[in-house]
Order: sequence, then C-alpha cells, then structure tokens
Amino acid sequence: MKPVAFEYCRADTPDEAVALLAEFGGDASVLAGGMSLGAMLNMRLVRPRAVIDVNRLTALAEIKQRDGIVETGALVRQADALESDLVVREVPLLALALPHVGHFQTRSRGTLGGSVAHADPSAEIPLCLVTLGGSVVLRSRHVRRVPAREFFAGVLTTARQPDELVVGLEWPRRRAGAGYAFDEIAQRHGDFAITAAAAAAETNGGKITALAFGLGGVEDRPIAPDVARFVGAPANDTTARQIAAEIADRVTPIEDLQGTAAYRRQLARVVGARVIAQAFARCSG
Amino acid sequence: MLRLKPDARHRVTVTVNGKRMSGFAEPRTLLADFLRHELKLFGTHVGCEHGVCGACTVIIDGRAVRSCLRYAVQVDGGDIRTVEGLADGDKLNALQDAFSRHGALQCGFCTAGILMSATQYLKENQKPTEVEVRDMLSGHICRCTGYEQIVRAIMDVAAQ
Repeated sequence: MKPVAFEYCRADTPDEAVALLAEFGGDASVLAGGMSLGAMLNMRLVRPRAVIDVNRLTALAEIKQRDGIVETGALVRQADALESDLVVREVPLLALALPHVGHFQTRSRGTLGGSVAHADPSAEIPLCLVTLGGSVVLRSRHVRRVPAREFFAGVLTTARQPDELVVGLEWPRRRAGAGYAFDEIAQRHGDFAITAAAAAAETNGGKITALAFGLGGVEDRPIAPDVARFVGAPANDTTARQIAAEIADRVTPIEDLQGTAAYRRQLARVVGARVIAQAFARCSG
Repeated sequence: MLRLKPDARHRVTVTVNGKRMSGFAEPRTLLADFLRHELKLFGTHVGCEHGVCGACTVIIDGRAVRSCLRYAVQVDGGDIRTVEGLADGDKLNALQDAFSRHGALQCGFCTAGILMSATQYLKENQKPTEVEVRDMLSGHICRCTGYEQIVRAIMDVAAQ
C-alpha cells in the first residue's frame, strides 16, 4: 500500500523540528530512519498531517563521552553504532545487541533514537537502555531527561509529549570488571524477538556484587525487574537459573501469533538463565 | 527548512548509476515507485512495501537500503545505484555472472535487491565467511532457490 498524502517538512536544525512539532500539535510524525514509521505509513496504520524529516540534523548523529555517560545522538545509525569503537568499548551490551537489530539493509538506515521513540516491546535497543538504567533526552522548548525505566509506557507508547523530539540517549559507561550478555529467540535472525534477555553483572570473589537483568518481548514494554536481593549470592549457573525462574514466574507475558504466554514465560526462564550465566562468566571480579 | 505540500508534485533530481535524472514526486511517493514509474527504471522491484522482503533494495550514498522505506523527496540530490548499473551493456559483471552460473535465481523477483545488497556488502567486507553472507541474506526473502545457490554465487565472487 501507499501512504495517505502528507505534508513533507524537512528540518535543518533541532529548533526547526521542535517548532514544527508544536505547530502540528501531535498530528505529525518524526521521520528518522523510517524503518518502522515508513512501514506504518505505507500500511496506513498512521495517517499524520505532516511528516517531519530529521535526517539533516547532523548534530544528532554524534556519539560523545562525558563523565560516566556515553551519549548517542538520536540520529546515530545502528550500523554506525556497531562500528563505533566508543560503543564497543564503553557500552558493550549495546554492541552485543545490535547484530540482532534488523538486517544489514535496515541497520544502514535505522537509528538508535528511532527505535526508542517507536517503542516496540520486543526491540533490542530499548531493552539495553532499560537494563543499563540509561536515559532518554527529549527536547521541546526545554530539555528534559527521562529515565529509560519510566520512558516506556506500553506498546508503541512512551512518555514523549507530542511537542517533544527525542534528541539523544544516555548510556552508563561500562563498569570495570563487569560482564555483559545479550541473547534472543526470533523466527529468524534479525526478526522481531519473541523474547530477548540482557544482563549486566559484577562479581567479587565468586559472589554477585551488582546485577541488572532485562527482558524484552515478554511484557508490553522492556522490563528490568528488581534482582537486588541476589547480591551476595554465588555467581554461578545455579543462581542464574534461580534468578531467571523467579522472574519468569512473576512476569505477565503478552500473547500473539509468534508465541503464547506460556512459551514466552519458558523463553524468559531459559534465555534469561543463559544470559545471566554468560554475564557472570564474563566478569573479571 | 523545506516544506512540500501534500497534494502537489515536486521536482526530484538524483544521480542514478552515474547519470543525472529528474522527475516529479508527491511527498508520499516511495523512492521505489519513483524509480520505476517516473524514471522508468523497472529493474528495482517492489514486494512487501514495508521493508521486510528486500526486493526493492538499492544503494543510496554508499549504503544498501530499502527503497520502499524512503520517500523520493528525501533523496533529492542523492546518489543512487540500481541493478541497471551493474552490467556493462550486455556484459554481466562478476556478481551477475556468478548468479547465472550457480543458478542463484529462478523467477528473479528478489534478485535485483539481493544483487545490490551483495554489491555493497562485498565492498565493505572483502573476505566474508559463509555465516556472514547468510546473515546478510537474512535481509532478503527468496521463495525459489532455497538460498543455497545464492550463498555459493556470493562466496564464489568473494573468492575471486
């Protein structure tokens, strides 16, 4: 199918993009890579009065490092993030997840910020941001930061207001000695994950000193359940299975043609245990 | 800032396979449709129109991308390579020749997209493994070949 007619607005600066968002009052879609929005426009699932193309906002295509944070501009292409030494070195979880994001032919255009703004429950980039406890930077007349764990509100629904533009993502930098792991089950590599799991762990003398665990594709948004009570437990496969099993019992999985709730719960248990164990094994503490 | 009215046709000028070409497009016109119906380059095929099947893949400014997920007005001034640019007259290039020799196509609907993906991929990865080639091919759907012959053809070219 083809989209309904829309006004095409190409912003040359973030200020222009924000002014356009204010002008159309929610009846506009922000077009970054277009890997999701293009499909939704073509299928007429969205019918905005205007499309605001942000692809010329080169200032939003930078990857920068400051204090304990790596900031990826919203317009950083997934392929470029995958090639970035800074991302590979300082945000290893994202680097592990990116090969699962779409395909060679979509990562070339798809953006980090676009995936977060789109908020597909099974998307890998939002899951990594939630697991690591990163933030989404939004801009309207003011700039505000929303913790990723509060940003995702449900299927394709976020805390972004209609007049706000996602301008960047803030990723906590790698912690010395920490281990990271990511894995997912999809119909074929690069498709939407039926269930994805991410883990970041730190250990000392074989015991867990810090742990973050996230699941995507299970509930209506990426989740990072509280696993603090396992700090102090032995960092081994048995604990990994125990943590994943406990979380899997507590989740409320979605159901669709790709999998029943029971199947997703089982995947959360199995894939979850696998990534937690992998993260432990990669710790140098 | 550029603003284009929804119901009007706007001039779009691009370089396709080294040649400057020009046509008209509404903001909602897909690049794939612009190439076919406006520039009369029918080599690029339109399959699913939502970025999944890969039939419409072309190279824009040095990146293999879906031309069904790009609007023609976005590409004004851009550099596009399509399947029409591969052969030198009647002489197939090495990749096309390998596809022919290995039987890497049957109906041919998916072929143009796969050729453009593989062209860009081999430019970025001179010595890919078979696993890597299969991963690249996961961005395409072929219902005839079962992919084996396509993998062999691309590996053949990579080894040349």
